Amino acid sequence: MIKKLTFSALSALAISASGALAAGGEGHIEDFDFSFEGPFGTYDQNQLQRGLKVYTEVCSACHGLKFVPLRTLADEGGPHLPEDQVRAYAEQFDVYDPEIDDFRSGTPTDFFPSSALENAPDLSLMAKARAGFHGPMGTGINQLVKGIGGAEYIASLLTGYTGEEKEEYGSIFYENTAFPGGWIAMSQPLYGEDVEFDDGHDNSLRHEAEDVAAFLMWAAEPKMMARQRAGFVGVTFLIVLSVLLYLTNKRLWAGVKGKKND
Amino acid sequence: MSGIPHDHYEPKTGAEKWLHKRLPVVGLLYDTLMIPTPKNLNWMWIWGIILTFCLALQIVTGIILAMHYTPHVDLAFASVEHIMRDVNGGHMIRYFHANGASLFFIAVYAHIFRGLYYGSYKAPREVTWIIGMLIYLCMMGTAFMGYVLPWGQMSFWGATVITGLFGAIPFIGESLQTWLLGGPAVDNATLNRFFSLHYLLPFVIAGLVAVHIWAFHTTGNNNPTGVEVRRTSKADAAKDTVPFWPYYVIKDVFALAVILAVFMAIVGFMPNYLGHPDNYIEANPLATPAHIVPEWYFLPFYAILRAFTADVWVVQFASWITGGIIDAKFFGVLAMFGAIIAMALAPWLDTSSVRSGRYRPMFKWWFVLLVIDFFALMWLGAMPAEEPFASFSLIASAYWFGYFFVILPLLGVIEKPLATPATIEDDFNAHYGKGGTDASSTPAE
Repeated sequence: MIKKLTFSALSALAISASGALAAGGEGHIEDFDFSFEGPFGTYDQNQLQRGLKVYTEVCSACHGLKFVPLRTLADEGGPHLPEDQVRAYAEQFDVYDPEIDDFRSGTPTDFFPSSALENAPDLSLMAKARAGFHGPMGTGINQLVKGIGGAEYIASLLTGYTGEEKEEYGSIFYENTAFPGGWIAMSQPLYGEDVEFDDGHDNSLRHEAEDVAAFLMWAAEPKMMARQRAGFVGVTFLIVLSVLLYLTNKRLWAGVKGKKND
Repeated sequence: MSGIPHDHYEPKTGAEKWLHKRLPVVGLLYDTLMIPTPKNLNWMWIWGIILTFCLALQIVTGIILAMHYTPHVDLAFASVEHIMRDVNGGHMIRYFHANGASLFFIAVYAHIFRGLYYGSYKAPREVTWIIGMLIYLCMMGTAFMGYVLPWGQMSFWGATVITGLFGAIPFIGESLQTWLLGGPAVDNATLNRFFSLHYLLPFVIAGLVAVHIWAFHTTGNNNPTGVEVRRTSKADAAKDTVPFWPYYVIKDVFALAVILAVFMAIVGFMPNYLGHPDNYIEANPLATPAHIVPEWYFLPFYAILRAFTADVWVVQFASWITGGIIDAKFFGVLAMFGAIIAMALAPWLDTSSVRSGRYRPMFKWWFVLLVIDFFALMWLGAMPAEEPFASFSLIASAYWFGYFFVILPLLGVIEKPLATPATIEDDFNAHYGKGGTDASSTPAE
């Protein structure tokens, strides 16, 4: 048993050292505290709604969320907007409909538009496509309590501008402490007080960055809470089953094993 | 079917006799399930059941995923997101499938190293071992092609790098690569055939597993002592064995439940732990990721592939003697496949008369070193191809080959093995004491 566990632990270590060290030359990622971290973490509905607002008023000018259906904004565990608000939100988009070969206003069954700016990456999965954390010692095991750090990466990036710029090959790059390599092509999108939150929440840069990062984490992994619940039920059930099977096995073998003679 | 004498299925009722005369399927199941199994098997003998479970899990989840997946370069990535967002339970099924591959490989490596330590590959179990190696090769092919299907950045670039290996074969390489890809580069044709083969190969594996089990049910299981079950009579055999049902079924299912509890925690709480973040970016043939890293289970062999660069004298020698036909790239490919072939040849390279590593004082340490070497290679496979990792990789690769081609043959000559127990029963009683009822009787209650 011990041998087996040691083996598994060793493999886990060796396995994850890989992913971690492959990503050399990374920027500094600050460890933000998010409500969805850890096995029992949950999305904060109000924070997701605030994040949606930051996304809509700032990010969506260039970026898209083409894999996220608008109707999921009404999902429980997500921003959980009322149906009529989702419908109203969808109507702001002009969607090309091949059936009528024309544009019509959006409905909740449509998806968020894709990036408006060609070289702005789609943000649907950004929070899973970046990993902020690889610790301890490159094993990545702290993902269990912190997540992979995609949301932290986004929040660190948004708050990581130093104000320095440089021009290279005709493009302007902006210095950013979180971006790998230190220079990013995106100009600083948030400065603080960029949006007015309906709930009167603090709209300083740090809070805006946190809120939009949380929203993008939800956009990337909308079923996280259902998954964690399934994981919790599954682990509990399997532990109980293991105990019962252990006792069964012990009893079963007692007849073959005689008394230990030590 | 089995060489170990034991009671076979006897049809009792009329209906059973009727069926048994026409198709002895109940008898086959009964004999398979009641097969006499050495009673001293330790916890390293659980992996077979874990692996069978993994295969079933991957086939079941895979079939469901295939119902919702679209193998087309423009739609594949979106269809995976459709599974993650819209399909009922789709996110769980996909995470089970993705992490199931890792569980499969953890189990297969444990299973292989169990076999290497206890000499399970030795006569008369060479056929079981060879079939096992074929299963392992099929697993690698299946896993590799499966990783391409989500059509993320690592899918695409991994496929480009690995299929590029075939291009390294002299003379026919390039045409072979084009033929495999269905075109000059990884594209829609590649994705389609990989999907088709990814669906096919698991059933080939299932067939090989049946033959694998058939083979070791014919020779009987190995066990930690490496001493064979007595076949002199049914009574003698019964002293060394217990029937597979219920003793090992319950034991293995217990182990499976413990392992699945850990597996479930990973799927539930950190399902992307073993994946690469880059694979959540849609494949883009115009943007190469900074580091192209294969999945963890390929890393040891990937390290061997990369270890043999053009400045290594063995490579230069091979190149010189073949007039340049074997270049560094092709040498790397040969080394990678050679590393697996070396394992497959173990039954004929190991000259020791003693089967189990437990009674081989020198072998033991070389084996421990091989396990460390394996993990070292896994780590090195993830490192960038630069110093000092390149030199480490070369040393670690050299040990891998040295173990199989030099140490195993030599040890049989120079090592003085310890005395092995006369029978399995002796070994068992030394651990647990006498007093157990003999195994042919029914279990407690």
